[in-house]
Amino acid sequence: MDRRSFLATTAAGAAALSFPAILRAQSKDPLRIGCPLPLTGPFAALAADMQRGAQLAEEQLNAAGGVMGRKVEVLFRDDQLKPAVGAQRTKELIENDKAQFIVGGLAAHVQMAINEQTKKSKVLYISTSQSDEISAKPDTSPITFHEALNPTITCRVMGKWAAENLGKKWWIVYADYAWGKQCNMVLQEALQKAGGTLLGATPYPLGSAEFSAHLPKIQAAKPDVFMNVAPGADNIALHKQVISFGMKKTMKMAQPLLWISYLKEGGAELYQDVHGAINWYWELQDSIPSAKKFVDASMKKFNVPPGDYGAYSYSGVLEVARGVELAKSTDAEAVASALRKSPAYDHFKGKQWWRACDNKSFQDLWIVKGRDKAKGDWGLMDVVTKVGANEEYDRTCKEKGLA
Amino acid sequence: MPEFSTLLAQVFTGLVLGMIYVLLAIGLSLIFGLMTVVNFAHGALFMLGAYFGVFLLTYTKSFWVALIVAPLMVGVLGLLMERFLIRRLYGRSPDDPLLLTFGLSLILVEGVKVFWGKIGLTLDPPRALAGAVDLGFMAFPAYRLFLIAIIVAVLVGLYLFLGRTNIGLIIRAGSRDPLMVRALGIDLGRVWLVVFGIGAALAGLAGILAGPMRGAYAEMGVTMVIESFVVIVVGGMGSLLGAVVAGLLIGQVVGLTTLFIPKAADIMVFLVMAVVLLVRPSGLFGEAGLLE
Repeated sequence: MDRRSFLATTAAGAAALSFPAILRAQSKDPLRIGCPLPLTGPFAALAADMQRGAQLAEEQLNAAGGVMGRKVEVLFRDDQLKPAVGAQRTKELIENDKAQFIVGGLAAHVQMAINEQTKKSKVLYISTSQSDEISAKPDTSPITFHEALNPTITCRVMGKWAAENLGKKWWIVYADYAWGKQCNMVLQEALQKAGGTLLGATPYPLGSAEFSAHLPKIQAAKPDVFMNVAPGADNIALHKQVISFGMKKTMKMAQPLLWISYLKEGGAELYQDVHGAINWYWELQDSIPSAKKFVDASMKKFNVPPGDYGAYSYSGVLEVARGVELAKSTDAEAVASALRKSPAYDHFKGKQWWRACDNKSFQDLWIVKGRDKAKGDWGLMDVVTKVGANEEYDRTCKEKGLA
Repeated sequence: MPEFSTLLAQVFTGLVLGMIYVLLAIGLSLIFGLMTVVNFAHGALFMLGAYFGVFLLTYTKSFWVALIVAPLMVGVLGLLMERFLIRRLYGRSPDDPLLLTFGLSLILVEGVKVFWGKIGLTLDPPRALAGAVDLGFMAFPAYRLFLIAIIVAVLVGLYLFLGRTNIGLIIRAGSRDPLMVRALGIDLGRVWLVVFGIGAALAGLAGILAGPMRGAYAEMGVTMVIESFVVIVVGGMGSLLGAVVAGLLIGQVVGLTTLFIPKAADIMVFLVMAVVLLVRPSGLFGEAGLLE
């Protein structure tokens, strides 16, 4: 043995002794988690945030020795915001890449297609998309979990808050697809319950960039609140055009959800005084320890704070890991029942829990608004109030056909 | 039935929207009418106009500089595309340049994502044009009024260029009978190069002008190219007058359908296109046989 190979061997040996967990983790097949996301298209900004979240979870799990001694590998695929592509990518992830779990999905209609595949292949799926159907009959299943908020919860909470705090006469503009339609319905109910009046609700096709034809009649109707139910890049275009028609001066701007990714893309000025609900915002780290840990890790690796949707995918991947450790198995049914048996967790926002009857995650949410003057690159929102987690905001399992 | 003032506001908004459709479609129409090339990269050039605009705005801090230079940059790119790629396909079936430009558009969109990232950029209108103007019957964006002026200037400029200049004469003659023009000793290659460059520059101009209304993102050309095709198919492939009339018509169709049945606005546009094609297969102002 010459000096060079002697050094190499001893160095490797020393490394093996000092990082036994890592070596053990790498000695077996990795635990593969598939993550289909709309990496291209109008939701690209949100999807990029979600990709970072899942990467952070992967890194943290591996740094701690993996899951049951196995290295974790998250595989990202572009679903192109198309249900057929989402289904195809999921199928490939499961059959060709041997993914044992699927975490992800952003647009509700694509997420449904992903869920069809995971159910067929008996793979546990944690959805990170806003959807009501995913935790209800006939779409849900014992191995379908839902980490994100849903339109019922978000729009009930935001609808009630906006009617009580911003004004009682509304106009709603909503994207004519799953999330938009569900949200529009729930918002109208919430408004009615609060004694408000709906002056009009207009659908538009998802992915539009031109809204001018919608605006004259809304201008003439003079609502107190303009409710913007347009996701993704549409949201920015709609705000730009509403402002250019001078309507922000006479109406309060609200939307069921604010996304930090789009506040960043559209700019602080565009979103100034726009109110919305949110599942998480990075400045909450001042009061929530798990949030601080998550933000620090993200700043260190990516030099950007995680966003609202990145938090979902981060938490989703960590929940797969927790479930596998609890069940001591990667079997979908075993992991699912282990999660239902120990439902409480806290990865980034304080306590959350899985409701046993529909595998839905319950969690706090916040009402936020676009800040007048951004603090730094990402200090784009003011937290207005916290709305504590409550199963009553969602439909009951009976209403979902799950009794 | 809505009040008269609402109807008036809607018709006016539709009119301006129609002008914007004209702006989006005019470069596509020009290239097709004079070269019989269906330029599928039109949407990508539109998107590049917006991105170059953001880039120039960041460095020069002047919307006006960006407004002039960004279309020129896209125009130069158009010249290069014609000179080195599209030129090789003249005389072949119209499908070949269509496939080539479609491929180019994919490359340009992905290239922008590599260079500028997948996340869109912001392009703000100049301060003076940011707000709304009170027109009496409605408050209307100053920026959209400014667009009308630009679009009218572009149309008048094109009309004078094609109708009153020598090169315009050659371009028109070349589109009628290229063989005869060549026989007269004129290098048609250079003419087509110029036409393609102008068409690309117009797409770029539309892009930077659309940015302040719609934002700038890599896929912004996808919906735009569909809108443009509808306009030039309805107007008659290659007819500039047709593009103007069809743009205004589609603007009203979208505007009025949105007022009464918002859900049907998109379908109505295609319905109008189908009806026009049934009654006049080559469009409102199209010459028969251009695509055969």
